[in-house]
Amino acid sequence: MIEMENVHKVYDNGVTALSGVTTKIEDGEFVYVVGQSGAGKSSFIKLMYHEEVPSDGKVQINHVDIGSIKKRQVPYLRRSIGVIYQDFKLLPKMTAYENVAFALEVIEENPRKIRRRVMEVLDKVGLKHKARFIPAQLSGGEQQRVAIARAIVNNPKVVIADEPTGNLDPDTSWEIMRIFEEVNDTGTTVIMATHSREIVNTIRKRVIAMENGQVVRDEHRGEYGYED
Amino acid sequence: MKISTLRRHVREGAKNLIRNSWMTVAAVGAVTTTLVLVAAFLILILNLNQVAENIESDAEIRAFLELNTNDEEVESIGNEIEGISQVTSYEFSSKEEELENLIDDLGEEGESWELFEQDNPLNHVFVIQTEDAEDLSPVADQIGQIDKVESVEYGSATVDRLLQFNQYARYIGIGFIAALLLTAIFLISNTIKMTINARSEEIGIMRLVGAKNSFIRGPFFVEGLLTGVIGSIIPVTAVLVGYHFLYVNLNDRLNFEFIELLPWNPFAWQLSLMLLGIGAFIGIWGSVMSVRKFLRI
Repeated sequence: MIEMENVHKVYDNGVTALSGVTTKIEDGEFVYVVGQSGAGKSSFIKLMYHEEVPSDGKVQINHVDIGSIKKRQVPYLRRSIGVIYQDFKLLPKMTAYENVAFALEVIEENPRKIRRRVMEVLDKVGLKHKARFIPAQLSGGEQQRVAIARAIVNNPKVVIADEPTGNLDPDTSWEIMRIFEEVNDTGTTVIMATHSREIVNTIRKRVIAMENGQVVRDEHRGEYGYED
Repeated sequence: MKISTLRRHVREGAKNLIRNSWMTVAAVGAVTTTLVLVAAFLILILNLNQVAENIESDAEIRAFLELNTNDEEVESIGNEIEGISQVTSYEFSSKEEELENLIDDLGEEGESWELFEQDNPLNHVFVIQTEDAEDLSPVADQIGQIDKVESVEYGSATVDRLLQFNQYARYIGIGFIAALLLTAIFLISNTIKMTINARSEEIGIMRLVGAKNSFIRGPFFVEGLLTGVIGSIIPVTAVLVGYHFLYVNLNDRLNFEFIELLPWNPFAWQLSLMLLGIGAFIGIWGSVMSVRKFLRI
């Protein structure tokens, strides 16, 4: 469960990104975060995996106040959250297999278990046959699937995606969304910031709409609700 | 840390050294240059130290008594000397013994001195040892004050100057070595930093998937260690071969009692081990320092 209580975020350069956000996301939910550029979506998401800390207010994940956890505890927080980016952030010199295995190596997982688990996840995202390909040999959609595999390989409770379909064509986007739905079906919370009216209006889920650093709308099975 | 993790760190560290071969050459070069200079200074300083120790342990005070001193007075002077706390040992040498020593020392020439056996012009002497060479001067002053002591001698000017020189040489040498090491660490750190931008992405992703700082540092540690060890190969060889050469050729020429080079075995080995240690230390420090910036937040 993720809870935000009157969260403010002001960056060092004086820009106010969030001003008084209060919301609650239950385990297993699927949530879209929508809003125009600069509305505070990215800050909202970055707070959840401790890339940023709130200037004021409280961010709690499973009743732990992550604004006040110690620096050395951050790695453990991150291990319970999978993050996916618009630009994939894969390591260019490593194969798909190695990119996914990397996430388990850094948490010192047993090598035999790594092999088994990585193939399992690559199979899940439909890329088992391309395990030995490096990112440059894969299409955008395939790269994003590798990134998703990396995010879910250690069974996180929460998957956070920051505009995961932003760089992909519509057909590929639907493939990615299908994978997210499957991930969500296994009980994983999915939080996704997006600009895609089509996706939000077709696959109906909870929608949190942001404007000027505040939540202006929060409805289940909501609509995108903006002019493009 | 698990064995598989350790193996991974070693593999990654070695891979990085090979992948960035020009950087490796630069960093290893910095270590090599530093260690060669450090070795030269250490050989100089440690040998000077040895010389100083020899002089210090040889240093003694000779107190000459007035010619008319009788046996009772000799005894009471002896007691007074014994009472000085810095004195470790003392010995009385009568004027007859002094004359004999003199005649022995001078050999053939000394025979002419045998004439003096009837009318000995020499003084009774107390020979005094102190714990530290620094005590020589104050103890000598104190003994000089004693009644019936005519004069005191402790080779003051030479010893003082030598000790002084040695002290300065030590300070300057240590300062120089410290400066060298810092420069080397800085050089290595900067060299590795040049390649780190390519690796910052990897570090970013490591952090994202929950790697601990110690894990991220792992390969850098290995890289630094290898840089240091490889960098010390040439200096260690140079010390083992060069010092042998120096020892064999120079020791015979420096034929003074108190100047003697430290023997090749074990000194060259000890120095080599020390260089290896210093190399590893600056390598690791430099390398780990280069990654520090990425581990904040």
